[in-house]
Amino acid sequence: MSNSASFFTDFQATDLLFLGEAAGRTLGISAVSITIGTILGCIFGWALQASRWFAQATIGTVLDVFRSVPLIIQLILFYNFFPIIGWKMGPFAAGAFVLSLYTAALVANVVRGGIDAVGIPMRRAARSLGMSYWQDLRYVVWPIGLRAVFPSWVGVALSVIKDSALVSVLGYLELLRASQILITRTQEPFIILACAGAFYFALSYPLSKYSKKLEEGWTS
Amino acid sequence: MDYNFHWRPVFRKLPELLEAGLLTLEVAVLSMVLGITIGLGLALLRMKGPTPLRQIATTWVEIARNTPALFQLFFFGFGLGAFGLHLSPYLIVLAGLTFNNAGYLAENFRGGFLAVPETQVRAARSLGMTAVQTYVRIIIPQVLKIVYHPMTNQMVWAVLMSSLGMLVGFRELSGETQFFASKTYRIFEYFAVTAVIYYVIVKIILLASNLVARRLFKY
Amino acid sequence: MIEIKQLHKYFGALHVLQGIDLNVSKGEVLSIIGSSGSGKSTLLYCINGLEEIQQGQVVVDGTTVHDKKTDINKLRQRLGMVFQQWNSFPHLTALENVALAPKIVKKASKDQAKSIAEKQLKHVGLGDKLDVYPSALSGGQQQRLAIARALAMEPEYMLFDEATSALDPELVGEVLDTMRLLAEEGMTMICVTHEMGFARDVSDRVAYFHQGVMEEVGSPEQIFAAPQSVHTQKFLANVR
Repeated sequence: MSNSASFFTDFQATDLLFLGEAAGRTLGISAVSITIGTILGCIFGWALQASRWFAQATIGTVLDVFRSVPLIIQLILFYNFFPIIGWKMGPFAAGAFVLSLYTAALVANVVRGGIDAVGIPMRRAARSLGMSYWQDLRYVVWPIGLRAVFPSWVGVALSVIKDSALVSVLGYLELLRASQILITRTQEPFIILACAGAFYFALSYPLSKYSKKLEEGWTS
Repeated sequence: MDYNFHWRPVFRKLPELLEAGLLTLEVAVLSMVLGITIGLGLALLRMKGPTPLRQIATTWVEIARNTPALFQLFFFGFGLGAFGLHLSPYLIVLAGLTFNNAGYLAENFRGGFLAVPETQVRAARSLGMTAVQTYVRIIIPQVLKIVYHPMTNQMVWAVLMSSLGMLVGFRELSGETQFFASKTYRIFEYFAVTAVIYYVIVKIILLASNLVARRLFKY
Repeated sequence: MIEIKQLHKYFGALHVLQGIDLNVSKGEVLSIIGSSGSGKSTLLYCINGLEEIQQGQVVVDGTTVHDKKTDINKLRQRLGMVFQQWNSFPHLTALENVALAPKIVKKASKDQAKSIAEKQLKHVGLGDKLDVYPSALSGGQQQRLAIARALAMEPEYMLFDEATSALDPELVGEVLDTMRLLAEEGMTMICVTHEMGFARDVSDRVAYFHQGVMEEVGSPEQIFAAPQSVHTQKFLANVR
């Protein structure tokens, strides 16, 4: 039995390093996507809120598609579409591209909700004091809206980190793909999955608790 | 651009794809039914259960919410293999989705129960209703309205999540698409059509949910 | 008849009712006045068993409320209760709000329950609102709905817990009128209230509560014209 199993090797310290590097890549692609997606999402969200029908018909429709098609399908589609139009994109670039747009779609919704939460009466009050449209956005909508959306934004960011696992379908060596490779080699599925799961959990759990606390503190 | 799109072979497989779409819907609906039942139980345990059961429920909810859905699917795939338990691809996806749905829905239900004021219980009990009657007639209907929208979202989410089935060898809509695409190398065309099918499924769910809500919640 | 004997009630270390002795006989209207936190609302909750008690007893028509053997749901049918927050069931129409308890508690048939509900809604002046949901009713209408809902169980006694305190001033009158109507029809009522006019004009007796103690009880004339206790005098001077 032990002879025939020589193809498989035990779980070693170097494997932990392998997992660690993969976890780094999970964080890397998430950070890039969340940053770009948040900036885009703020712009889209503002546009959706400010000019109802035109933005709704264009940006709104596109973002709706991003929310209604599985992320994994989006990844495969774009990864296979870029070569068609002559762009050369590796798994990281294609993955970050799709994840950014996916993030933007979620953030846009959150931002629009945040601006709505500020409410017309408060904005009228600001304008009646002689503030310009941009001053109103800068000094009234931004600080109040930020409070309203920050917890939801944390939620979006956390779900992007978790969903980044799907970039593995393009062959990108992030944490879950690395785990899968190790499992095939070592035949130690439980301990390896436990490590990977613990990493996500350790990242997500405290942040989600923190944002929930913020939310409760602000609403009461 | 020197790529030639070939849509015809994809359209020829449309019946197969639509059938796989039904399988997607089936596993999503089943995972919702199970998820709602278990989620309700988890929510009640978290609010009123004895300590050990409450901790188990809390652990379930937190793992479901704080790890990737794909991780949860892998767990029911390879993870259980460590204990010599090998589920079929169908069961892996069903178990994974159910686990995830139950975790998220439990939190929604708990929020719903907390949102119904305690005074409603007092009013019902003062009329002589029993604790069970109060729950069934007064509390649950109000909770249902509060959690209806999140529940619809979770159903959509379950449909989208079921696409992970292709990574564990389940031939639902995504798995079936993958199967045909890899045979013909028309990957883009196949997945484009599949994306449209998902979009339509999601829109139908949202439409149906709105229609039902209008009948159910007149107040 | 409701008999309250040496009733003590604690919330943790807080001694909210400190030995209350009080009898309310059939057909009587008793108003309980006093500042908030004096324990008067808690007394109502003790009478229909929504609150546990630590000492003493409450007896309703010979049945001890807090006795383990008492079928509390059966007993509560004799005790209608109206709350400060009217607590309409938001998912039911006015008619369904009133018909529900007769149907599931008293096991009345659907038609019976419906006709009881119609009768009671007309009784409180909501005959034209049968199929309306509570969200479309004003606070005063919702409170009258709550009264109809309690009356539908054909109770022997009605307990009112500050039934008008949460209402906008212009809506108080319609609810007081309904309560006055019930009093005239001979209903036995215990009303915790801040409406001194109602206490003076409608009740047979008035009780003043102060920090968990029943300071004084007597006819409205006696309490309002010649209060004996210093606390009562102070309270009445402030509310006028």
